[in-house]
Amino acid sequence: MTSTSTVGPGGTTEQVAPPPQRPPATPRRRRPGTLRRHAWQYVFLAPMLLLFVAFTLWPMVASWWYSFFDWDGVGPATEWVGFANFTEVLTSGRFWHAFRNSFLFSLVAICVEMPLALLVAILLNSRRLRGRNLYRLLLFLPVVTTTAVVGIVFAVLLDPAGGFINELLRSTGLVDSPVTFLSESSALPTVMAIDVWKGFGITLVYWLAALQTVPEDLYEASKVDGANGPQTLRHVTIPVIAPIGVVILLLTFQRSMNPFDLVQAMTQAGPNYATDVVATYIYRYAFNPELNAPRYGFACAAGVVFGVITLVMTALQGPLLRRQYLKGSR
Amino acid sequence: MRRMHLWHLLLIPLCLAWIYPFVWMISTAFKSEREVFLGGLSVLPKEWTLDNFTRAWDTAHFGTYLSNTVVFSVTTVAIVLLVSATSGYALGRGSLPGRKVIVGLLIATMFIPHGYTIIPIFKLVDGLGLNNGLLGAVLATAGPAHVVPILLFMGYFAGMPQELEDAARMDGASYPRIFFRIMLPLAKPVIGTVALFNFMAAWNAFFIPLVFTLGRPELRTLGVGMYSFFGQEATDWGGLAAAATISLLPIIAIFLFLQRTFVEGIAGAVKS
Repeated sequence: MTSTSTVGPGGTTEQVAPPPQRPPATPRRRRPGTLRRHAWQYVFLAPMLLLFVAFTLWPMVASWWYSFFDWDGVGPATEWVGFANFTEVLTSGRFWHAFRNSFLFSLVAICVEMPLALLVAILLNSRRLRGRNLYRLLLFLPVVTTTAVVGIVFAVLLDPAGGFINELLRSTGLVDSPVTFLSESSALPTVMAIDVWKGFGITLVYWLAALQTVPEDLYEASKVDGANGPQTLRHVTIPVIAPIGVVILLLTFQRSMNPFDLVQAMTQAGPNYATDVVATYIYRYAFNPELNAPRYGFACAAGVVFGVITLVMTALQGPLLRRQYLKGSR
Repeated sequence: MRRMHLWHLLLIPLCLAWIYPFVWMISTAFKSEREVFLGGLSVLPKEWTLDNFTRAWDTAHFGTYLSNTVVFSVTTVAIVLLVSATSGYALGRGSLPGRKVIVGLLIATMFIPHGYTIIPIFKLVDGLGLNNGLLGAVLATAGPAHVVPILLFMGYFAGMPQELEDAARMDGASYPRIFFRIMLPLAKPVIGTVALFNFMAAWNAFFIPLVFTLGRPELRTLGVGMYSFFGQEATDWGGLAAAATISLLPIIAIFLFLQRTFVEGIAGAVKS
């Protein structure tokens, strides 16, 4: 707080007289009414801060707190068990299996979806390609649809007994016996492929927006210099869009770690936990209706462990991102 | 020029296959139970029927789920808009002490995984006594900081000319008045983007509505309703397709009408 010492002359009434001349070079100069303006700013901030504390900060703290209790959610948490929940999570093979699957979803999104989307974006960014807006529209369409609903549509499409895709494969003679896309061995790649299909459009639009920031004359200059397509991509396009690419990477990472909707709708983490991810793992212990007593403490511990590891993984990319945002907010 | 045309040979089949699940969904929704059962690859139904829709709408309660989803989505969007616009304005204009700390905190919380905090949020809403209506699910959705909308509003308001604010203040306009009468109407592009994105997110939400309606089937949203419908009637493909059509057509229609706002919004967001 730098400028709270003076209250505007005139007490409660607002200063209406225009300042004769406002030196533009010193924006931090104390002016009457500053306190009052800040007061309003805090009023405007209040709803967000209140919700932020209640629904973002407190839940984070409470997750840690609850994870030290054996708690079924009835009444307050009283049965302190120390680190027992954490020990159980960390030694649970099923948790690490779910963790590995969550991580794989991310890996596929970053290593398969992002580069593919960039290539398609470069193609669709070309002014000479007719109908590129329609292509973009169609590729984007899955993004706006409800994941849980399309997951079920896909479960039906992939059904071994008469589902559309098996019928198609059989009628074209590609396979003799129905493919069980959602069996224990193939369910995970199937769900991952659908996850890529679902998220592809958003990454595509991110990349297209990034490509829009490349000035047209840079392309022209590189053309004049005799650069071919890949050279232009390597030396002009990629360097210009790289800063935005970092943001896209983090957005993709964040989105892809949460395949709960798709997994729960398509396979309910099955068969035999083959498609289990951390979110479905936590859900099972906390909210599964078939469970006699929920294990909130244990589920929180699993969430905390997952959160910490994810944060560490995000932090590895953190410095890059911070530089981006500082640049943006200046 | 000619090389560009060759790409259509790749793009047209790709895009058709890409959206085929939706084509299949709509086509199956109009097919008779017999035709669905017999299979077949035809896109057009042999005999058109609305039986699937009546079954989904009445028997499977998708009429109720639809109105639940509309209420849930609209309320969520209203809260998110109000909270993020006011806070974005407060953070974006005038050098607020502590601004950097708040923005830093917001950005830091952006990367918290989904399942991480649902239990405390659930208990909080429960403790507030709101767990017996859709409002609980709305709060759990709209409550956690919506960092991107806040940053969008912040960036937009920060970019407005100072002269505008000075002129308004000279005319004696108060801070809220400047915000609601001048700044907010000028922020229509951001409002549109934020409303659209959050409406879609709310419409498509699954995890939170699922958790908050576990014991209350009459409050289910479309996604949750679809999930339980599939759990009970996994072989009623016609009914499932009709239910999926009811769930997805509104949001697809909104997207098609507003896609320009949408794409421009994303482009503007990434560029700024």
